[in-house]
Amino acid sequence: MKLLSARIKNKNSVTARAMLGVMGGVFAVGLLVGVANAEQAAIPLLKAPGDITDQASLQRGAQLYINNCLGCHGLKYERYDSIAQGIGITDEAGNVLDKVVKDNLLFTGDKITDPIVTAMATTDAEKWFGTAPPDLTLVARVRGKDWLYTYLKSFYHDPSKPWGTNNLVFPDVAMPHVLVSLQGIQEPRYVKASVAGSGSGASAAGSVAEAGGGTTEKAVIQSLELVIPGTMTLEQYDHAVADLVNFLSYVAEPVQVKRQHTGALVLVFLGIFLVFSYLLKREYWKDVHH
Amino acid sequence: MGSIVEWIDVRYPMTKMWREHLSEYYAPKNFNIWYFFGSLALVMLVNQLITGIWLTMSYNPSAAGAFASVEYIMRDVSWGWLIRYMHSTGASFFFIVVYLHMFRGFLYGSYRKPRELLWLVGMFIFLCLMAEAFFGYLLPWGNMSFWGAQVITSLFSAIPYIGDGLVEWIRGDYNISGVTLNRFFALHVVLVPLVFVGCVGIHILALHHVGSNNPDGIEIKQHKNSQGIPLDGIPFHPYYTVKDLFGLAVFLIIFFAVVFFAPDLGGYFLEAPNFQPADPLKTPEHIAPVWYMTPYYAMLRAVPDKLLGVMVMGASIGVLFFLPWLDCSPVKSIRYKGWITKTALSLFVISFFTLGYLGMQPPTSGKTLLAQVCTIIYFAYFLLMPIYSKLDKTKPVPDRVR
Repeated sequence: MKLLSARIKNKNSVTARAMLGVMGGVFAVGLLVGVANAEQAAIPLLKAPGDITDQASLQRGAQLYINNCLGCHGLKYERYDSIAQGIGITDEAGNVLDKVVKDNLLFTGDKITDPIVTAMATTDAEKWFGTAPPDLTLVARVRGKDWLYTYLKSFYHDPSKPWGTNNLVFPDVAMPHVLVSLQGIQEPRYVKASVAGSGSGASAAGSVAEAGGGTTEKAVIQSLELVIPGTMTLEQYDHAVADLVNFLSYVAEPVQVKRQHTGALVLVFLGIFLVFSYLLKREYWKDVHH
Repeated sequence: MGSIVEWIDVRYPMTKMWREHLSEYYAPKNFNIWYFFGSLALVMLVNQLITGIWLTMSYNPSAAGAFASVEYIMRDVSWGWLIRYMHSTGASFFFIVVYLHMFRGFLYGSYRKPRELLWLVGMFIFLCLMAEAFFGYLLPWGNMSFWGAQVITSLFSAIPYIGDGLVEWIRGDYNISGVTLNRFFALHVVLVPLVFVGCVGIHILALHHVGSNNPDGIEIKQHKNSQGIPLDGIPFHPYYTVKDLFGLAVFLIIFFAVVFFAPDLGGYFLEAPNFQPADPLKTPEHIAPVWYMTPYYAMLRAVPDKLLGVMVMGASIGVLFFLPWLDCSPVKSIRYKGWITKTALSLFVISFFTLGYLGMQPPTSGKTLLAQVCTIIYFAYFLLMPIYSKLDKTKPVPDRVR
């Protein structure tokens, strides 16, 4: 069991207060809350596993996305067929398998060449959630893979919130825990911690009691514990989230595999060019005396 | 072939120009690594112009379409991603190369007589570069684009009496909007590049008129042979064309390594908040300019008063124009200057880098104090130069290039 003290900024409070985090225990979720400066505004993130060249993982991620996320979050800068091409839903000649896409990923009346938009109207979304869920095409470049991975594993039961859930990475987030049926319900486990400074900022949860000398005693979340299991085991859920994040990373920059492949060829060419340009320079400069 | 050249030469000084600027332009034979960055800056200019033209073919300069059109370039346009990354990486590399090119001038006194005007034209090019970078940064219409432009244009409101009206005039609106985006696009792709290219032409003409300085700071034109050719000079072509070609190969390896393997460069070249569309209601947690502007931004923030801060920031660039007249040392090159100049230059470099770092960080009281100290060092380097450059003990400069 690893114990690390933490300072976490509560985004909704002006003064950021501390939290303690612990990882470990059979049921404790592998959520690590380490040391972070209050100004850095985030809990230490878990490292997202995932390999952008693993097309099976990307396909599982796409399926998870279409089934669970697309209801609210579009991927409007991408098209069904270009995604299918990119994540390998193709025959041996490289042609997109239209039927497979239509059976597994395309459940709206859209054409396969259409952008992947959400069916939810912005006006409705604002009414229901207070804010329209953002398009997620580029979310992996805005937030980073590790943030997404940690975020999707950090929902917990919080009856004070409209949806009954809250999130450690994104406190008071307007999004409900959409994957709750897969993961199950996590309950926070609190520990009392005294922290220096004023106690005006409420942390993710917990009571605040002023102690003397400017230090504050408050209950902070120590860990998240799975109390009602979902349809997946912890390990299966981790894999599913990893696939989803891998897919989002692909969508954020579909060209990244090709980019690196092309880059290697370009650098090989430039390396050869370097040798010849050096030899040319040496040949000409032979007769320049210093 | 010969007859075609002859035909042209009667009507246009083609061969004459070739000789004057390349095959019979005599450059000192002792150029070192610092002398690669002038031609590399030219390469970066050409890179920005060409990739820029191709980006313009698919870019949509409107508040409604700009962000999506950049993603369209990244995804749907053939090789659009490469053109875009070459342009965005090119912007940062242009600054790297130009900063090194300018620092070469600091090292070897390249701004000293008779090269004062050459330096001044170079400074105008530097202003063009900063203007290009600033206007261009708004065009992707990301959230950092929006808020960066918001912050920088609002600086003009510090000017007494006319400030608020001036800001509105610059933006063309009460806020940064599609109107601002369109005019920044016009300035970025038409006006500034025209002035830029013109200034570069003048810069090269001025250089070829006075001749290149060198790491020893010796005027090679003082020792010529019977044909009037400098004894320590070699024709630019082929000697420096092949040498610069080698320099270019090294440079391109570094440049394309970034383009292909780290186009964001960990958020320094492309910032994460800029992958979110501009949103006037959502301020990024921490607004900072791209790295090449951060030293001046740090100086702006180091001054508690807004108007004074803006003046200090302006002066930090403005003071560079006076460099040729601030340096009163009897020698040009750092090689023959004494410990005072060397210490002053080292402190200047350290403070410049520190300011660059501080400009990226959210301010704290300790960091602001450090920025204030560095701002003082930055200005002291220039303003005390007339004194210390005279006091400093110099070494005798040899007649001829080593």
